[in-house]
Amino acid sequence: MSTWRRRDAGGVAYSDVEGTLRERTIVALSDRTLRGNLDTAATSWGEGRDAMRRDHGLDEMRERAREIRRQNIRDLPALLSEMQAKVREAGGTVVRAADGAEACRYITGLARARGVRVVAKSKSMATEEIKLNEALEDAGLEVVETDLGEWILQLAEEHPSHIIAPAVHLNRSQVADLFREEAGTDDVPDDREGLVAHARVRLREKFAQAGMGVSGVNLGVASTGTVCIVENEGNARLVTSQPRIHVAVMGMERVVADWDQAAHILQVLPMAAIGQDAANYVNLITGPRREDEADGPEEFHLVIVDGGRGALRGTEFEEALSCIRCGACLYSCPMWRSVGGQAYGSPYSGPIGAVITPLLEGPASPASRDLPFMSSLCGACGEACPVGIPLQDLLVRARARASSPATRTSGLAFRAWSRLWRHPSTYRTWMAGWRLMLRARGKAGWASHLPGPGAGWTQVRDMPTRWPPRR
Amino acid sequence: MRATRQKGQDDSEGDTRARYPTYTARMRVLLMRTCLSDAVAPSVWKATRRVLQRCGVEVTVPRSQTCCSQPAWTAGHPDQARAVARHTLKVFAGPEEVVVPSGSCAGMVVHAYPEMFKGEPEEEAALDLARRTIEFTQFLSKHGLDPGPGSSGPVTIHDSCHMLRVLDESASPREALEVAGCAVEEMEHTDRCCGFGGVFSITFPELSARLGEEKARAAVQSGAGEVTSCDLGCLMHIVGVAHRQGIPLRARHIAEVLDR
Repeated sequence: MSTWRRRDAGGVAYSDVEGTLRERTIVALSDRTLRGNLDTAATSWGEGRDAMRRDHGLDEMRERAREIRRQNIRDLPALLSEMQAKVREAGGTVVRAADGAEACRYITGLARARGVRVVAKSKSMATEEIKLNEALEDAGLEVVETDLGEWILQLAEEHPSHIIAPAVHLNRSQVADLFREEAGTDDVPDDREGLVAHARVRLREKFAQAGMGVSGVNLGVASTGTVCIVENEGNARLVTSQPRIHVAVMGMERVVADWDQAAHILQVLPMAAIGQDAANYVNLITGPRREDEADGPEEFHLVIVDGGRGALRGTEFEEALSCIRCGACLYSCPMWRSVGGQAYGSPYSGPIGAVITPLLEGPASPASRDLPFMSSLCGACGEACPVGIPLQDLLVRARARASSPATRTSGLAFRAWSRLWRHPSTYRTWMAGWRLMLRARGKAGWASHLPGPGAGWTQVRDMPTRWPPRR
Repeated sequence: MRATRQKGQDDSEGDTRARYPTYTARMRVLLMRTCLSDAVAPSVWKATRRVLQRCGVEVTVPRSQTCCSQPAWTAGHPDQARAVARHTLKVFAGPEEVVVPSGSCAGMVVHAYPEMFKGEPEEEAALDLARRTIEFTQFLSKHGLDPGPGSSGPVTIHDSCHMLRVLDESASPREALEVAGCAVEEMEHTDRCCGFGGVFSITFPELSARLGEEKARAAVQSGAGEVTSCDLGCLMHIVGVAHRQGIPLRARHIAEVLDR
């Protein structure tokens, strides 16, 4: 395996995020409502997933899912060529974009050329990654998110906190407040059904005006040139069929060879993502509307984004490309559960976000270079991953690639550490000195202030200076 | 196992081998003290040695050992880690099993050494040490060893993450406590991370402490009053947070609980 090298790329992380990563965790930790909302969501996901393991053998399905995805990534260039040929055969247009900026240029150019004013979007992490909404709005277009969670965020002017459930950090009464503000009336119900009904009415008005629908892609099936879009609300079906033009934006790694593979991954996805054995809607779209068909767009454009992915093939990070964006590693992660996704400052949060954001951005990017360190390496992510990505190993490797003043300081410290600790005599001397210091600082059995790196320890906890510790 | 079997095969008393397949009386192991035990709690490795000796195991504690190198490895400094790990490979060379009173250090050798030394001259030695290294309670369980009565408890067990998810083990500590006659009161979410995470505990102290506090409260709610674990690092963190926040909780390493 070759070593992955940095590339200069456009930002994946958000540029409007304030403070350092650690500062953001502190702010999030002080938000009790957030904590409760995250815990409710993660617990409910955990129960669903346990049921999938018990009743549907999710653990057994994982090995095959892993094999399929690893093979897909090995065969990626051939699969993408096949996908491209089949989509064109079906009457669609395929564009390969080297980065997000190129993808955005194509889509805004297309919208302008076709005289589009309103763009309806269904949920898509790829468009969040390439900052498509901003690009479209800069071009004077109105963009409407039609996924309930994404629409809520659009109203709240917030970034998503989860790959699948973007507004999972908000609760029902917070959502009701946002809806009331948007509608300019207090006449918005408080209950779940009422809120959904309200959103449906408001969003339907937008669908009627939209000249272009933009969706993401959960899976591309190379053998037939079909894009699969999995959803629960039916909005993606409208986005991909109602407007005159459908643009599907796909990360280049999201392709499988055939329907046998697609069937397996499409089963695993909802089990891992939402703890259910099926999603409400699975849209399978092959090209634009055909002559004998009543529904569907006149034009279908598939935009395949590299955005730094291709460079990961053949490196120690290749398995990160297996990801099917289910969000299971987020829910399982004690860090994500504690602070939510917004603290990460990237569309991709949680363990997979901490790995891929710096990979896609370059290891020196100030916006994401600290991310791999925000993990206790507990391994819950790797255990939850339905395609068996060894996330905790990738986090360690990503740390080794990170480059910042902090990593340089720690590099110097560990250089000294390594010199001392590789020889028994200097190790023993170091230990003797350390123990003397501990005794001096903690005469009653506990030290509350330690010097140097120990200060990080005693900032939030005491250090026992006798063991077993005294009460 | 392989190592002790080889010992057995060298033995001339063939009949004895059939009756006592594990050769407990002649088993010889190397003990990895761990740097945390050296730094904060020498009583942990000493208790481990006593418990093993009570089982009839001959324990050698190589004096020149230092650290498995995990701090540098997980901090993202593989070259510095490798230099220290090379020393560890030399110290623990030989046919014996290497017993480690830490799921995390054992996991480091078992899981990370093969990656760390891939393509290096020491690759074979690293794979060999990875095969011979075993966490302390796993060792007891694997050889069916009975150290006799330990503390009566009750204690509650924190499943350390590397024990649970790197070594895939949650049964052996419970089995060891049961054999020793120690009562266990399980806490809620015992499989959840306590937030220690090595360097993470000082780079994201607030987040780390929040998880530690939750763990300490869950431990107290179990009704046991004392938390134990196969990992000293987790215990130092949990009990350190508890002490700072005035949560009444005692902690001992599982070797100490088994010791008396």
